[in-house]
Amino acid sequence: MPNKKKIYDKGAVLVGLCIFVIVITFPFWFNFGNAAPAPEPKISDKAKAAKECVMPKEYMKMEHMQLLNEWRDTVVRDAKRIFVSSSGKEFNMSLTNTCLDCHVEKAEFCDKCHNYASVTPYCWECHIDPKETK
Amino acid sequence: MKSSRRKFLKIAGVSALGLGAKPVLDVLAASGEHEETSKPEIMKGKDALIAKRWAMVVDTRKIESEEDLKPMIEACHKIHNVPEFENKNHEIKWIWLEEFKHEFPTQEHEFVDERVKHLPFLTLCNHCQNPACVRVCPTKATFKREDGIVLMDFHRCIGCRFCMAACPYGSRSFNFRDPRPFIKETNPEFPTRTKGVVEKCNFCAERLAVGRMPACVEASNGVLTFGDLDDPESEVRKLLKANYAIRRKPALGAGPSVFYII
Repeated sequence: MPNKKKIYDKGAVLVGLCIFVIVITFPFWFNFGNAAPAPEPKISDKAKAAKECVMPKEYMKMEHMQLLNEWRDTVVRDAKRIFVSSSGKEFNMSLTNTCLDCHVEKAEFCDKCHNYASVTPYCWECHIDPKETK
Repeated sequence: MKSSRRKFLKIAGVSALGLGAKPVLDVLAASGEHEETSKPEIMKGKDALIAKRWAMVVDTRKIESEEDLKPMIEACHKIHNVPEFENKNHEIKWIWLEEFKHEFPTQEHEFVDERVKHLPFLTLCNHCQNPACVRVCPTKATFKREDGIVLMDFHRCIGCRFCMAACPYGSRSFNFRDPRPFIKETNPEFPTRTKGVVEKCNFCAERLAVGRMPACVEASNGVLTFGDLDDPESEVRKLLKANYAIRRKPALGAGPSVFYII
């Protein structure tokens, strides 16, 4: 049996399809090549001088949020506030008093990546950025 | 033919076992290595004050007027970034003053002596032995620490205010508004709170951790004594042994850790 299937209004359908595909892919080709450059968080002079962070740089880049969560729980729940890094240096586990003491510029350090990645951690609703209060 | 197939299967079995064992051995070897490099450690500070059950004794005999108590309230509210609201409905208080009839409603009667009747009583969270607020908290944001301090994890508070309903002492306040604009002078070393969480006195857990007495005790000129209730040699125990002290609403069985020498 010959299989004769026919598209009705073939021309209109094809034109419609083309327009549909163009509209749906608009964001892709419109923004092609315009990707926002990856942010470069600025390391403050004080942080540079300190040379080492509480954990290796790569770990901090990827996992600082987990580390901060762990710090939060141990400080509040277990009353343990001292972190001894693998190099033997002691740190007070405090976002404002330790992290921000070195990384002085929150706007240039934290916010740069957070804005780029479109994440809004609510740390700062309670924890103080000393710069902001001045 | 038969024997060679048998042989083949044996060899195949043994080599499969060998291949399977390799990754397991690798993991074991790696974990062994891992322990050799020093891992980061988390611990208590060397100067941290430690106790089994922290308690406070208020010697009301040394108090004459509100003026004697105001510095303690100021010291506390300043270092903990406690906001000051004009509207009493929004009031946040960690430590405040109360009249005898409100402080000890079950002990009040018509003939209370003049001094006690008009004496301001310093009031704060009692850090109960059997805290009702901890029982009702649905998120475990309020919990009792090993050293008896009833503490709040503001990160976990969802602002349901069950604890405020449960606390028989009114020790808790709710942040109906963003407190930040109402803090006169911000202490950057201590976080503020945010709208929608409950807060209360923390017996200065952050100061005990670095070996300092609570701020109110430091500012009290000997009116307040702070120490370990579990240690018979501690200052608080000596005071309680030598003087008759009362607690707020004892019949409730909450077991307050704040004592008042009348």
